[in-house]
Amino acid sequence: MDKLEQLKTTKADLDDLSAEFSSNGESEEGSKDIKTDVLTINFGPQHPSAHGVFRGVFEVDGEIIVGIEPHIGYLHRCFEKIAEHRTYTQFIPFTDRMDYLSSMLNNWGYVISVEKLADVAVPERAEYLRVIVGELNRIASHLVFLSTAAIEAGALTPYFYYFDERERILWLFEQLCGARFTYNYMRVGGVRVDTPDGWLDDVLAFTERLEKTMVDYDKLLLGNYIFKKRMKGVAPFSAEQALDWGLTGPSLRASGVNYDVRKADPYSVYPRIDFDAVVLCNGDNLDRVIARSQEIKQSINIIKQAVAQVPDGRVYSPGMPRYVTPPPGEAYAHIESSRGDLGFYIVSDGSPKPYRVKIQGPSFGNLQVLPAIATGSFFSDAVLIFGTLDVVFGEVDR
Amino acid sequence: MLTSVELVEFAAKNGIPIWALDASIALVLALAVFSLCGLGVIVLVYMERKVSADIQLRLGPTHVGPRGTLQLIADMIKLLSKEDVFPKHADRWLFRLAPALVFIAAFTGLMVIPIGPRLVVQDLNVGLLYVLAIPSIAVAGLIMAGFGSYNKYAMMGGLRAAAQMVSYEVPRALSVIGIVMLAGSAKLSTIVDAQGFWYIFLQPIGFMVFLVSTLAEINRVPFDMPEAESELVHGYSTEYSGMRYAFFLFGEYIALIAAAALTVVLFLGGWHGPGPELLGPIWFAIKFFGVVFVIMWVRWTLPRFRIDQVMDLGWKVLLPLALLNILITGIVMSI
Repeated sequence: MDKLEQLKTTKADLDDLSAEFSSNGESEEGSKDIKTDVLTINFGPQHPSAHGVFRGVFEVDGEIIVGIEPHIGYLHRCFEKIAEHRTYTQFIPFTDRMDYLSSMLNNWGYVISVEKLADVAVPERAEYLRVIVGELNRIASHLVFLSTAAIEAGALTPYFYYFDERERILWLFEQLCGARFTYNYMRVGGVRVDTPDGWLDDVLAFTERLEKTMVDYDKLLLGNYIFKKRMKGVAPFSAEQALDWGLTGPSLRASGVNYDVRKADPYSVYPRIDFDAVVLCNGDNLDRVIARSQEIKQSINIIKQAVAQVPDGRVYSPGMPRYVTPPPGEAYAHIESSRGDLGFYIVSDGSPKPYRVKIQGPSFGNLQVLPAIATGSFFSDAVLIFGTLDVVFGEVDR
Repeated sequence: MLTSVELVEFAAKNGIPIWALDASIALVLALAVFSLCGLGVIVLVYMERKVSADIQLRLGPTHVGPRGTLQLIADMIKLLSKEDVFPKHADRWLFRLAPALVFIAAFTGLMVIPIGPRLVVQDLNVGLLYVLAIPSIAVAGLIMAGFGSYNKYAMMGGLRAAAQMVSYEVPRALSVIGIVMLAGSAKLSTIVDAQGFWYIFLQPIGFMVFLVSTLAEINRVPFDMPEAESELVHGYSTEYSGMRYAFFLFGEYIALIAAAALTVVLFLGGWHGPGPELLGPIWFAIKFFGVVFVIMWVRWTLPRFRIDQVMDLGWKVLLPLALLNILITGIVMSI
């Protein structure tokens, strides 16, 4: 109830703010004759920093944003409906195309739900491989986040350094499953193939390299005076606000809420791995960027432990039927994707095809924060705020 | 080489009117500067591409010509063959005039810059004032481009350009007053000759203020607000394509040439260097490319300021620093 009250006041505040801005110039003394008006800018769906196909109708008073109306749906591909016409395994490639920057994690979230529904045991080696590829994918996704944050702040060079590192992850994935972007690697009951010879050593070598290079890159971007000046204190979001708006993932933890699905509702072999959820306090733009940078270090840590612990054995559960046919019922499972809490709710009617699949994508929840968080900030900063919320439109629209 | 007196006598002997002589000399000089500038733009664009590529772990242009040197020519041919697009509702006159104005404004600054002993088009005795004042009419061109395009992004870019360039005129002009005091002249060749000891060492504060406000003046990172592509797509030149866009590009690079050359003249001893006087232009070129490299290095390393931070920096930091510099110079000179 308290939260509801808080929400109302925030909305009322926003209305006051926009009323104040839009009446600016008419009420003030001395500027009665000058008619000022807000400028409506149609931002996207084709815009250099639209992160895909975001369209926002921005109302700008000079350089200050007084209103944002996000429009979504330009990438809607009916995945939830398609799922009802595919077998359980056939839907896995579609999940690749949701949050296309972390396909492995989408695969994982889906298969973990089906496994819960059909009560399938997963071999230990497969669980460890899932953790390794999942964390590698998280690193790749956060590297894209950092590079786009740099570009939106006007620094073009860090982009190339981060993408160089990401390229090495994509190369590792290519060795593993043949694809660089849409992996389709996980299966209900395990993973598709075992690692090639020496792949785990390559992963270790990569993590060691990344540990060193990330120090330099952090100096280049996060240590930069102008970057800090642009980011610090911009659009702070308190823990209460973040919870009220349903923010998840690194952006939520940057606001000071210690909620990480890997810790709060452990799945796979995460309980056996020692790592910290990155929790910061200010919840401003800078913290949202630092959270990603820190998470990369935690992911490196996780990968190192997982590679050390990975046992030999099968990667695919023996005796899995060609068509997974769960008993009638429903299941919900969620994982910590690189953007937040990614959940799949699946209803089965006992046939080889799901009756209903509902996807809870973190990007959708994170995007709705934008009007609340960016109103009243500078137009240049609104782009940065949008960037630091880390939204992927494949997942918003699905 | 004929002196002007001999030329006038030669003209009088052969019955050539003086105005024709003046006009032809002006034409020859303009063509010389123009072609030198064209060459300079080609070199600088290539240099920028290679420097940025090196900073960003890339190769840069490699295919057109030896080591990609002719890439800009290929780009120009492409831009020339583009359709001439006018946005609907655009103000045709402003839209047409803007690139020309930006280009010409950048170009005029070069007329008084000496690149060697006596190697200058017109060595005005108010050269410094001229080179600071005349090129800033470019801001009118940017506003015209922003306003005439009938595009909201372009208009915001134009307005930002106006605010920024007008603000930074002030610290930029004040930062060189120390030099005028030291050299006792605003004539650029006199300033160069007065530098037995480079002014970058005598005027360190002035140099810093001048360099930073120069970056803002020519809209380079970290002050590229007018064309901030992350929010304004391409700022004032969003609607431009083909050769009109190329003129903005030329204007930008010629402004860079003028700014770097002026920095060399004012602070780095101009054409002075070891060896005979004939080597002057070579020393000038070496220093010039050094300054250009620093400007490019800054561009490819730093993020962009926000518009209010730019204004803060200009009025609250650089302006007091420039005034302080004048004060210190005055005190030191009077001791």
